Amino acid sequence: MRILQIRKTDWAAGLEKSRKDHSLIGPVRERNNTSKFRELEVGEEPDFSITTTTMSPKSVVFPQSEVMFTYTTDKASPECNIMKVPKNDYSPRAIIGIRPFDAAAMNIVKKNFDTPDYRDPYWCDAYEACTFIGLAVTNPDSCDFSTSTNSGPFSTAGLDVLLVDTGDSFLAEVVTEKGASWMRSAGFDTKADHDAEETIATMRKEAEKKITSTVEFDNIDKKETLDLYNENFWESISFPCLNCGTCTYVCPTCWCFDIQDETAHKKGRRMKNWDSCMFPNFTIHTTGHNPRNTKLMRVRQRFMHKLKYHQSKYNQGIMCVGCGRCVTSCPVNIDIREVCKQMNS
Amino acid sequence: MQSYSEKIKEIAIRLLKDETVEVVFGFREGTLPMASPPFAAKTVEDAEQLTWTSHCCINLANYLMDHKGKVAIFAKGCDCRSIVNHIGEGKVKREDLHIIGVPCKGMVERHTICTLFDDEIDEAVEEDDGTILVRGNGREEKYQKADVMRQCCKVCVHRNPGIYDELAAELVTIPDDIKRYREVEEVEELGVDERWNFFENLVSTCIRCYACRDACPTCYCPTCFVDEAQPQWVGKGDEEPDIMTFHILRAFHTAGRCTDCGACVSSCPMGINMRAFTKKLEKDCLDLWDWESGLTSDVRPALETYQPGDPEDNFK
Repeated sequence: MRILQIRKTDWAAGLEKSRKDHSLIGPVRERNNTSKFRELEVGEEPDFSITTTTMSPKSVVFPQSEVMFTYTTDKASPECNIMKVPKNDYSPRAIIGIRPFDAAAMNIVKKNFDTPDYRDPYWCDAYEACTFIGLAVTNPDSCDFSTSTNSGPFSTAGLDVLLVDTGDSFLAEVVTEKGASWMRSAGFDTKADHDAEETIATMRKEAEKKITSTVEFDNIDKKETLDLYNENFWESISFPCLNCGTCTYVCPTCWCFDIQDETAHKKGRRMKNWDSCMFPNFTIHTTGHNPRNTKLMRVRQRFMHKLKYHQSKYNQGIMCVGCGRCVTSCPVNIDIREVCKQMNS
Repeated sequence: MQSYSEKIKEIAIRLLKDETVEVVFGFREGTLPMASPPFAAKTVEDAEQLTWTSHCCINLANYLMDHKGKVAIFAKGCDCRSIVNHIGEGKVKREDLHIIGVPCKGMVERHTICTLFDDEIDEAVEEDDGTILVRGNGREEKYQKADVMRQCCKVCVHRNPGIYDELAAELVTIPDDIKRYREVEEVEELGVDERWNFFENLVSTCIRCYACRDACPTCYCPTCFVDEAQPQWVGKGDEEPDIMTFHILRAFHTAGRCTDCGACVSSCPMGINMRAFTKKLEKDCLDLWDWESGLTSDVRPALETYQPGDPEDNFK
């Protein structure tokens, strides 16, 4: 394990230095006590006081709205109705301060956009342009249950570097060559003391101990899909649901999108927009028939996908990293931990 | 709110036991401090879980339209006015409802307290003296409920239920010095550009999750205009003109029908005060047509009818 030390007094200058070959993206506060990841302006530092941003960093590689193609419907043009891929910027960028659960989510989402059969060029190109400089969670939020979901406050899965805040300095565990390259670019090359590995291990244990919220899902995998599907509890679970898209939009692992053509005055663009299985429109057919036409069916689908179908299909655990965003953002307090408990019992 | 909760349980148990209703719509304790999610109690055991807190921000009238059969509902002043509208608009039948009016002392959003406390909250206790005691991360803070309650509750003049079969508590006194539209007047006083900036900033964090629409009892169109595909009225992306179109049109669709229950704001994960749109329209309806929503189901709402004597100053 290669561990470097970054003194906090050198942090800002290093970030700026790395801009010569990376743009920087990080967590920032917004209006109304909300927060998200966006490109940092020159001199702007990522806000490390935020443990869980309101919106996850999935938008860094999977924006809420993205132009896939542009076109003209002008019959006089030789390019009439030809779809053209826009020239997007996929130059290197560093995502500073992504939390381990969100980096773990990137690995999950990758399974959808980068498969042996299909490669979504928009997602993959953006993903490959990223260097993920993670920040270990030392003070987990009360809804964090990431230790139950193959992630955890110090997990390096999906990260290129893991930063650990030790007070005056960061210990930086360099995980990949991509991470090493960013560290060099920022001029961070001070070797950490010999006991750094032990310090990280101790801090990891402390952080993991602070996470008291847990879920168990081992029985869900053993249960028959149709038995779970036909359970009576879906009625009471779904009753309060408003069928808004909050849970899916704040979720770092929800990957569904819709494709829309927007045409005006013979000019058009094909958009890729986030979609949500909570919306009736998500499944409506051109005939008008909607196979998921009730709230209960939509709520059941979301939890079955997260907690049952994903494991059945990939055999790599649940489609949830335990960030707790859906728990805190749901307007009617539908709590995935409670749903998981009912499905697992 | 403890006394309210006891009474609410007692009423719900009675109504279910004597089979007056099949189900009671109320609230129960959530999994987070200050979360009180809607709950449908069908048995006496269910009814034992019912509660009443200062965080019952959701408007339960929203849940009536999907329901068939006889139902009891605990309803604040604003919820009652939404029920009146639903009856007038043919969405529910009065004879299917047993309304238990809950005189309202104002509601407080969890989001507000979380922002003020700015730390992990382990516990929030509401004291009888009108304060909320919040504990977390080794410290505690006390908030005056009157200071932290929702803006819609601060300016509410319809705190008592207007339609009910029984009451869960004594009627509350409504202060006579409430300045109902000060927040609207502040925006009205801005110049045109400043006003546009105000609304642009207001919705700048919108993620189009539609929680505001979906929590709104007034928004019940089978297909909302933003979901229409043929023709498609509005783009579905995250660009400002589309977001603004959604909010402005939604507000106008609720004009004369919105009861300022605040469920839209309370549901918004991004803390947007979309009441800035609807409250202005409420004020206009009152100023122009002397109309207040949800007080009667016998008269059509202001923007649904035309009378020869209607003022025309609003046509520009």
